[in-house]
Amino acid sequence: MSAVTVSDEQATSTKVKVIQPAWVRALHWTNAFAMVLMTMSGWQIYNASPLFGFTFPRSITLGGWLAGALLWHFAAMWLLMVNGLIYLVLGFVTGRFRKKLLPITPEGVISDTKAALTGKLSHDDLTRYNYVQKLLYAGIIVVGILIVLSGLALWKPVQLQYLAALFGGYEGARYVHFFCMAAIVAFMVVHVVLALLVPKSLRAMIIGR
Amino acid sequence: MGRMRNLLIPGVDKTLLVRDAIKTMPDLTRRRFITGGASLGALTLLTGCDVTDSFSAEEMLKQVSKFNDGVQALIFNPNAMAPTFPESAITKPFPFNAYYDLDEAPEVDGKSWKLEVRGLVENKKSWTLEELYQLPQVKQVTRHICVEGWSAIGSWTGTPLRDFLKLVGADTRANYVWFQCADKDGYNSPLDMQSALHAQTQMTFKFGDEILPRAYGFPMKIRVPTKLGFKNPKYVMSMEVTNDYKGGFWEDQGYNSFSGS
Repeated sequence: MSAVTVSDEQATSTKVKVIQPAWVRALHWTNAFAMVLMTMSGWQIYNASPLFGFTFPRSITLGGWLAGALLWHFAAMWLLMVNGLIYLVLGFVTGRFRKKLLPITPEGVISDTKAALTGKLSHDDLTRYNYVQKLLYAGIIVVGILIVLSGLALWKPVQLQYLAALFGGYEGARYVHFFCMAAIVAFMVVHVVLALLVPKSLRAMIIGR
Repeated sequence: MGRMRNLLIPGVDKTLLVRDAIKTMPDLTRRRFITGGASLGALTLLTGCDVTDSFSAEEMLKQVSKFNDGVQALIFNPNAMAPTFPESAITKPFPFNAYYDLDEAPEVDGKSWKLEVRGLVENKKSWTLEELYQLPQVKQVTRHICVEGWSAIGSWTGTPLRDFLKLVGADTRANYVWFQCADKDGYNSPLDMQSALHAQTQMTFKFGDEILPRAYGFPMKIRVPTKLGFKNPKYVMSMEVTNDYKGGFWEDQGYNSFSGS
């Protein structure tokens, strides 16, 4: 009984440190939702004309058939783009990108990778990202920008032909778009596994602390 | 889609019914769109149910597709030309693509065929192939992009549609040029007027300098390099200049109507 009282008092007196601010959490989960819709509908679209010798199982695609998948893809793209733009603007304006993601040094990345692989990486302070996190989080932002730009080039290869030309034209943009998807899915798998291994990081992304 | 079809009353034209139903539907406000999206998302995540067939999801997607029509019309630049390529870049063989096999493709008799011209035009005369061949033609080597994702470069020669529209005294303030074709099951497709008036939009009579073969739409196809492939009708029988949205073969099945590239 008394122990509970003490901890309650502690909680109110020492102001709880917010690990993930509300705007980050809201944008993170909106992005996760939009990414899942985009990926699953994108797989169905890929299946209509596969770039490689495989297709995605129908059970993990969205839309039922090509027309349905395209409707989903071109609806969820607005959610993804608007949410992503807000994230980029706030990331720069609030200084979050600079404070959280920089600097990224090769030495830091190497030593933290070693520490991670030998199980010695500390997760005591979740407000600070280690160098592997910094690299992956900064990298996935770049991939996110690339997948949107290559997607726009595929959507409008005539109106946005200069953008398409940057990706080697329409056919080039298809490959860029595909490999960005592959990178995001790979990231997502690692990201989810690690979040489950360090549950307090998942909690921080849900309730903030 | 499947569920909607089952709901329809036998004996009633389903496309007309759906069209009327859409007309009576109020425009979604932004707020309703967001709440709809949010509840849809919650539903997907919590239940893992297949909500793609549900009425609300389908309506929301249809509304967003209409919104996307508007966005595409807005960003359409009439002066932006589709990139052109050297003849060496032409894809060989150029793919035949339709919802039927090549041996089911329409066999149109070029001698008796006449292009019917209807709607908001001064001169509603029908045109024989011989008469159409007298009109000035231009060649383009452009990329055909299919809604399925693949693309191929082809060489198309014919009369710019805008020259023909001017010749027949079409009201170019009308909203659409609607094409009807000889394909089985009646292919048709609407083309918005600003795309119809684009310099590269063409009444095509030749592919690769040869009379348009049956596979690619003899006697006439409409080549629109600023649109996806299905907006390039083949085996064209008639064109109608109209203010009404008359739907299209693929458009009615859920493909985005503007489908610009």
